[in-house]
Amino acid sequence: MTATDATPTGAIGDRLLRKEDGRLVTGEARYVDDLAIPGAVWMGMVRSPFAHARITGIDTAAATAMPGVRHVFTGADLRDGGAWANPMPCVWPVTDDMKAPDHWPVALDKVCYAGDIVAVVVADSRYAAADAVDAVVVDYDPLDAVVDIEEAAGDRVVIHEGLGTNRSYTWTLSPDPEAVERAFAQAAHVVQERYRHQRLIPAAMEPRGVAAVPAPYGGDITLYSSTQIPHILKVTIALTCGMPEQKVRVIAPAVGGGFGSKLDVYAEEFLAVALARRLGVPARWTETRSEAGVATIHGRGLIQDMELAADAEGHITAVRAKLLSDMGAYMQLITPGIPILGAFLYHGAYDVPAYHFECTGVFTTRTPTDAYRGAGRPEATFAVERSIEALARKVGVDAVEIRRRNYIPPDRFPYQSSGTLLYDSGNYEPALDRALELIDHDGLRAEQQRRRDAGETRHLGIGISSYVEMCGLAPSRVLAALKYAAGGWEAATVRVLPTGGVQVVSGTTPHGQGHETSWSQIVADKFGVSPDLVEVIHSDTATSPQGMDTYGSRSLPVGGVAVAMAADEVIAKARRIAAHQLECAEEDLELVQGELRVRGTPAKSMTLQAVAFEAFSAHDLPDGMEPNLYGHVAYDPPNFTFPFGTHVAVVDVDEETGRVDLVDYAAVDDCGIQVNPMIVEGQLHGGIVQGAAQALWEEASYDDEGTLLNPSLLDYMVPTAAEVPRFRLDHTVTPSPTNPLGVKGIGEAGTIAATPAVINAVVDALAHLGITDMEMPATPERVWSTIRAAKEAGR
Amino acid sequence: MRITLTVNGEERSGDVEPRTLLVHHLRDALGLTGTNVGCDTSSCGACTILFDGESVKSCTVLAVQAAGHEVTTIEGLTTPASATAAGNGEGGALHPMQQAFHEHHGLQCGFCTPGMVMAAVSLLRENPHPSEDEVRLGLEGNLCRCTGYHNIVEAVLAAADRQERAEGPA
Repeated sequence: MTATDATPTGAIGDRLLRKEDGRLVTGEARYVDDLAIPGAVWMGMVRSPFAHARITGIDTAAATAMPGVRHVFTGADLRDGGAWANPMPCVWPVTDDMKAPDHWPVALDKVCYAGDIVAVVVADSRYAAADAVDAVVVDYDPLDAVVDIEEAAGDRVVIHEGLGTNRSYTWTLSPDPEAVERAFAQAAHVVQERYRHQRLIPAAMEPRGVAAVPAPYGGDITLYSSTQIPHILKVTIALTCGMPEQKVRVIAPAVGGGFGSKLDVYAEEFLAVALARRLGVPARWTETRSEAGVATIHGRGLIQDMELAADAEGHITAVRAKLLSDMGAYMQLITPGIPILGAFLYHGAYDVPAYHFECTGVFTTRTPTDAYRGAGRPEATFAVERSIEALARKVGVDAVEIRRRNYIPPDRFPYQSSGTLLYDSGNYEPALDRALELIDHDGLRAEQQRRRDAGETRHLGIGISSYVEMCGLAPSRVLAALKYAAGGWEAATVRVLPTGGVQVVSGTTPHGQGHETSWSQIVADKFGVSPDLVEVIHSDTATSPQGMDTYGSRSLPVGGVAVAMAADEVIAKARRIAAHQLECAEEDLELVQGELRVRGTPAKSMTLQAVAFEAFSAHDLPDGMEPNLYGHVAYDPPNFTFPFGTHVAVVDVDEETGRVDLVDYAAVDDCGIQVNPMIVEGQLHGGIVQGAAQALWEEASYDDEGTLLNPSLLDYMVPTAAEVPRFRLDHTVTPSPTNPLGVKGIGEAGTIAATPAVINAVVDALAHLGITDMEMPATPERVWSTIRAAKEAGR
Repeated sequence: MRITLTVNGEERSGDVEPRTLLVHHLRDALGLTGTNVGCDTSSCGACTILFDGESVKSCTVLAVQAAGHEVTTIEGLTTPASATAAGNGEGGALHPMQQAFHEHHGLQCGFCTPGMVMAAVSLLRENPHPSEDEVRLGLEGNLCRCTGYHNIVEAVLAAADRQERAEGPA
């Protein structure tokens, strides 16, 4: 599997090099902070250093008097000035009785996390704005912070007094409670485990940036934002800022990664629009990295109580999962729904007949949580893949055998799960077999035993994780049933221009995923033309007016499928035109290499370009046909897609220092048909490292006062090239039957699979010491302490 | 203060506040926005440039400290003069390291890429034949969140290999 396997032609399945790269490797690409915007003022955010406090006074005089400073606005100034028509949106109220406070861009009388905005400075330069932020004097009356999730659930300190409790909601999925009770009562083995997921900082390499450019006499606003969701952002700007949606244009220029953190709408976006409108000049802001630690959402942050019931041979008969999930101080765009995205998957790749899931969401005085790569599914997979190891120990079989016994067999697909999903397609055991082969599982087991027998102190650990996930958000009716406010469709337009080029307009919003390349391949494959002829237009609500954007591994299985279907519409129309022009039956035409040919009469043909020109001139079209050669599709998927696979992590654990090294890693994934295997592999590489990072290195650490201790990249341990190995990847291909391309999403799979694989490996390395669990991240100190405790207990 | 420095082979003069960081001078005053700012603690390497030929994080340098020195940014790599510095100029206007990142899918969102490419160019100047481990350690000061580094390492090793073949015996 190298880049030189085959000469890429641009068809589906080719490792076509990316069309995006030229402007990115040369520095030509323009991210928000790169934009030259004449006359723009810079915003600076005055943020609370306290996690929980009443604001008793704000003195802006000194800051306002500083050179280069134009204004300082407090929350009251903006509210009283009519900046807001509505609070900031949460579009996923997961239950009818969910409790949530109003969330304003600037706090009014109280702050609820360290980082909450209390005032906004407007200055002529970013340096002047930064100086003035420090000069705003805010008086606080500190209140007790609520940092611990369980303590929050106890309501000793209620953060939002008006709600009367910190418990926002309890969401339950329990299709047959009696079956679950029965299974546990009759079980030969019961596993009860508790897992904690630390908070993670998404840390996309580009910090967030916004710039709102007003046209004071036209009344419209152009908002540039480093967002994954320009289309959703446009709607929410209209609602929160109280302006006509048709006057709002949102552009996501080059965006430097998101991982869910830019699947959100933020205070600074509303502030840029509100201040640009109020002041009549462009208003901009770029987040600093240390600011991002508190100002951009966090991921994970939950406690899971996971129970399995099983028969004597270890066949799982029921799952009972109960979650306590940290919402943070407020509900961001889809905060409450994140655990629900995993709610259906607490039995993973295994055939489990009885199912119970419940999640309680609680407020704490910390930065809000929201979507972070995988969003609910890494958490679910972790609980499944850790607890099945505990079951294996109880039953007395190894980690491989327990999985084989429980996999959903291939003849059961499409599989109706007890968690109410219909898994589209799957064949789980071949991926496991291939992963074990890639990593030389038997050889590693022998080496592990050799080290133990020799009394060595560097232990080898092998960790397996088999996952299945649901992605490709989503059937709109399913989203409606889950109380999500928007739909899950995606739009695409394909146009053949009169001179022969092709434009694709996509509602997806790539920020590293290579849609320009992959969508070009899909169209090139359909038309039989070079992908160089295809231009992909995206991420601007003026040129791509319909879209639901990029998140949840949805872009290919929803957006890419829409592109394919729009290309099919073009072909259907082209055939009608060509048949009319060539005076033949449509059925006699075949599309070969961009040309419609009459079968058996090669001389009689028309290129797509010629057809497009006819459609453009419209001099001689079939009666009643509209001019121009284009197709437009808004595709609403009938189901999610369910990629799967098995990953194997190999670690060295030094008993004397507690240091863990990730030394090898194999991943065999199945995302159905691959449009561009090179891009698929890239998504997996990055995803695996993000998943491994939760297991070993990353944690947003708070003190008891609710202060984030490591907001900068100096203290927050994003892994470098030196921490990670080369990856061994392979794949199986089980097409999805639910879409015409047979594709499944792959953007989050690596992250979903990797975290439990790595923790299973760490625990496996130390199993002979009696260690059965390891909290995350498995830092040297934590590993060392766990080893010491195990030795003392064994003495 | 008025300063003059050589940027991508051209003398550029300008007025700066004494506290202006070199990266902000390059971006805001000289319009060279290929050099990115990814952090505020000199941790991420997105702002890596060549300073008198060596890789330096341009957020750790004041603009005034660069007066009289030579700076190469990502935009300067594609000029013909520097394209020949590392080898054979294959791949049109791209520097061989840029070409290698493209051919090995060593970038996704591209935000870390200019800094990563500059660090890699500097790495090969110091160590033209690095092992995989040396590449990984040599790029430790540059963070990437997208690629898991796998293909970045592949790209740098390929660029080293190509450079060796170009320089090897005829």
